[in-house]
Amino acid sequence: MMFETAFTPFQSLGGGVLIGLAAVLLMLGLGRIFGATGILSGLVFFENRDELSWRTALVIGMIMAPMLLFAVTGSMPTLTIPVGPAMIVIGGVIVGLGASLGSGCTSGHGVCGLSRFSVRSLVAVPTFMVTAAITVFLIRHVFGG
Amino acid sequence: MKLFFALITGLIFGTGIAISGMMDPAKVLNFFDLAGTWDPSLAFVMGGALVVTFVGYRLAWKRNAPLFGVRFQVPTGTEIDMKLVGGSALFGIGWGIAGFCPGAAIPALGTGRWEVALFLIAVVAGFYARRLLSFVGPTRAVQ
Repeated sequence: MMFETAFTPFQSLGGGVLIGLAAVLLMLGLGRIFGATGILSGLVFFENRDELSWRTALVIGMIMAPMLLFAVTGSMPTLTIPVGPAMIVIGGVIVGLGASLGSGCTSGHGVCGLSRFSVRSLVAVPTFMVTAAITVFLIRHVFGG
Repeated sequence: MKLFFALITGLIFGTGIAISGMMDPAKVLNFFDLAGTWDPSLAFVMGGALVVTFVGYRLAWKRNAPLFGVRFQVPTGTEIDMKLVGGSALFGIGWGIAGFCPGAAIPALGTGRWEVALFLIAVVAGFYARRLLSFVGPTRAVQ
């Protein structure tokens, strides 16, 4: 299913600035990369109590964000999910497998890695951007989603 | 104090994800749908985040150590191998199928939508699947 979505350059830029600010704060405060895959897998396969505790606090903060926005603006962020549960599960497993094999995802490689000019991220980001675009093209325009 | 700092950092990240539109799978998938209902907004998310991180990291690294830690822990690897390329290729395929990535899905849990929880459970299953593929050898630290 396809849904038109509005072009939102200003909100997107502003949101991106906040994402970057959070990445900088995590580096300044804890000396760590803000990669969601690393944070999530560090929670699942934690090595010691300290690693577990800061990641738990970070994730709780992340989850609180939509509720904060709801409290301030009176509405939850829009989530239009144009795919069914089977696609969510298949996509999720591939995301988890791929991001752990490839050592990162959009936040780790895309934001933190590119801003450091990490060679590995400079390879990873175009790779996943291209395969994502090809996948969407195949699902929507070849197989007719 | 360190944990409170982490909590606020997570809150800022999640707010950015929500405001930017990254949290909305329809918007993410439209960013990749160049041949259809293309929505270029997410390029602005990436642009905004990169400019701030590029400058901010360099300012942070002027210190000898982070505020609540002994050293900055930054990945240093430079090798380009099949795990990096193949894993990233797979990641993009999964992202294109579901429309969620981990950094968007974690804050999206706060909206209470069950599909988000389902996605994150599947991602964790994917982490375990990677452990079953131990014959491909270890990967570098995950970012």
